[in-house]
Amino acid sequence: MIEIRWHSRAGQGAVTGAKGLGSVVATTGKQVQAYALYGSAKRGAAMNAYNRIDDKPIRNQETKMFPDYVFVIDPALAFTDDITKNDKPETQYIITTHLSKEELISQIPALQDKVDRTYVVDCMQISLDTIGRAMPNTPILGAFMKVSKMYELDFFLDNMKKVLSKFPQRIIDANMEAITRAYNEVK
Amino acid sequence: MAKEFELNEVEVWDGNYAASQALRQAQIDVVAAYPITPSTPIVEGYGAYVANGYVDGEFVMVESEHGAMSGCVGAAAAGGRVATATSSQGFALMVEVLYQASGMRLPIVLTVVNRALASPLNVRGDHSDMYLGRDSGWIQLDAYNPQEAYDLTLCAFRIGEHLDVRLPVMVHQDGFTTSHKAQNVTPLKDDVAYKFVGDYVPVNDMLDFSRPVTHGAQTEEDWHFEHKAKQHKALMDSRTVIDEVLAEFKELTGREYKRVETYYMEDAEVALVVLGSSVETAVIAAEELRAEGIKAGIVSPRCFRPFPYDLVRDALDVPSLKAVCCMDKSAPGGAMGALFNEISAAAYTTESRPLITNYIYGLGGRDFSIEEAKRIFKEQKAHADAGHITTPIQQFSGVRGPKLGFFETRRG
Repeated sequence: MIEIRWHSRAGQGAVTGAKGLGSVVATTGKQVQAYALYGSAKRGAAMNAYNRIDDKPIRNQETKMFPDYVFVIDPALAFTDDITKNDKPETQYIITTHLSKEELISQIPALQDKVDRTYVVDCMQISLDTIGRAMPNTPILGAFMKVSKMYELDFFLDNMKKVLSKFPQRIIDANMEAITRAYNEVK
Repeated sequence: MAKEFELNEVEVWDGNYAASQALRQAQIDVVAAYPITPSTPIVEGYGAYVANGYVDGEFVMVESEHGAMSGCVGAAAAGGRVATATSSQGFALMVEVLYQASGMRLPIVLTVVNRALASPLNVRGDHSDMYLGRDSGWIQLDAYNPQEAYDLTLCAFRIGEHLDVRLPVMVHQDGFTTSHKAQNVTPLKDDVAYKFVGDYVPVNDMLDFSRPVTHGAQTEEDWHFEHKAKQHKALMDSRTVIDEVLAEFKELTGREYKRVETYYMEDAEVALVVLGSSVETAVIAAEELRAEGIKAGIVSPRCFRPFPYDLVRDALDVPSLKAVCCMDKSAPGGAMGALFNEISAAAYTTESRPLITNYIYGLGGRDFSIEEAKRIFKEQKAHADAGHITTPIQQFSGVRGPKLGFFETRRG
C-alpha cells in the first residue's frame, strides 16, 4: 500500500490531481482511493487531499494516514501546515517552492533531519509558464513520477491525456508540458 | 432515444458519481430535486445527462426538499420511474412526504448521502438522517463504498418496483467518506444495466384515464389501521424479493450482497455490529486482531429496513460468541443507540445470549480509525474474559472531554 497526503489550498486542484493520479493508476490494474477533507472550505483555505494505492481492494475508510509521500503544492503551506504530521522514517516530501532545497530546509526545522528524502520543484512557476495560471496539481505528479519511479514518463503522459480528454487540446498540451518540466526539474 | 454513455471497464468514481450513473442507466422519467451537500453531485450529474441527451427524462427544479419529494410523489403516482437525492436537513424537510410516498405505495428511489443533522450545523457524515427515516415505511439499503452505491441503486429499482413490493427504497452512503471518495468501480454497460432494471411497470397510474384512481385518500379509524397493517406486511414480505434481486445481481456481476453481512463470524468470540463505511475499517481491525489471536467478527445489517431480525439472530447465534458491541453513528437523544436496541432484541432470543454494549461514535464525521476499532474489540474481549460487562453499557468513542458512560449491567 502506498499512501499520499496532499497539502493544498482549495482551488489549486488537489482533488482533481488526486483523482487524476488515481485514474491513471487504476488503468494498470491497481486499486486506488482519492479523497479530500474540505467540506465547506472556501477557495484559498488550507486543505488536504489523499491517495491510497494497493494491489488488492482497499478497505480502509479511515481519513488519517501515515503517508509514504507528502505533496505540498502551495509554497506557503510548507511553513504554516504541519507537513510532517504522522511521518514515517521513509516518508518522502515533494514541495513546491521557488527556493533551493538548502534554502527551504534551512527555514523549516521539521525537515532538517529529512534532507535526503525532501525534493523541491517550482510547480507554481512551471504552471504559470505552461498552463498560464498557478495550477500546481498536474506538475506535482510529474515530479512524483521522477521521485517514485512509479511509471515511465511517457506512459504516465499518455494515460494523463485520457484523464484530461474532456478539456480543449490546448489545455491538454500545456499540462503535458508542465508534467514533463516538473519531471525534469525536481531536485 | 437516449445516447449510450461510453464507460471504461474500470472507472475511478466517487459514491456520488456512481449513484448518478446508476440513475442514468435506469432511465428515470422524472428527477425532482433540491440539491444539498454532500449529495448535490448526484442530481447535478443527472441534470447534465438530461441536458446532454443521455437520458430521456425530466429534471424538475423545485423550491425545497419538501417540494422535491412532493414532485416525486406526483410523478410516481402519474406512472413514471422517479428518483431523487438528499442529505441531512433536506432529508429532514422531506420526512412528511416520505410517509406519504410509502403509504401510497410508490416505488420512488431516494439516494441518501448520510450527513449529520444540525444544530450545530455540520456537513459531514453520520447516520442521523438515515435513522430519521427508519419508521417512514421505506426499504433502506446501506452501501459501504462507491461500487456498492452504484450496485445497490440499480437493485433498488428492481426491489421497489417489484409487483409484490411496490414500496419506495432508500440507498444510503456515507457523506464524504463514500460520496466524495473516488475508488475503483466496475460499472455495467448501459444495455446490461437497463436490462437488469427492466422497463417500468405502472400500477394504478393516474395518467391511465380509462381507469380513474384516487391516490392519497383520507381514511379515519374505519380503514387507516388496515392500510398501515398491510403496508407493514408488504415491507416485511419484501425480504424475499430483496434476497431474489440480490441473488440475480450476483448471477449477473459476481458481486454478492446480503441483507445481513457477516465477516469472520463462524468462530468469533467478540463482534462489532456496525453500519456504513465503518464496516470496511472494522474488517481490517478484525483481520489484524485475528493475527494477534483475538477471534473478532463483524455483523452489519446492510438492509436497515425491513430490519433483518431473523438474519441478525442467525448471525449472533454462534456458540463461541461472548461479547458484542453495537456502534451507533447517530446522537441517541436520551436513549440507548437504535442499533443497540434492535440488535439486543434479536440477540435476546438466541441460545448464546452474548453480552451487548453500545458505543456512540463518529458524530459529525469524526474519523473512525482501525486503532479505535481494535481498542473496542479488545474491550469486548475483556468483557468476555470477565464473564460480565466491565464498563458502562453505553459509552462514547472518539469524543473529547470527560469520559461519558451510562447504565451498569446487572448480569454476572
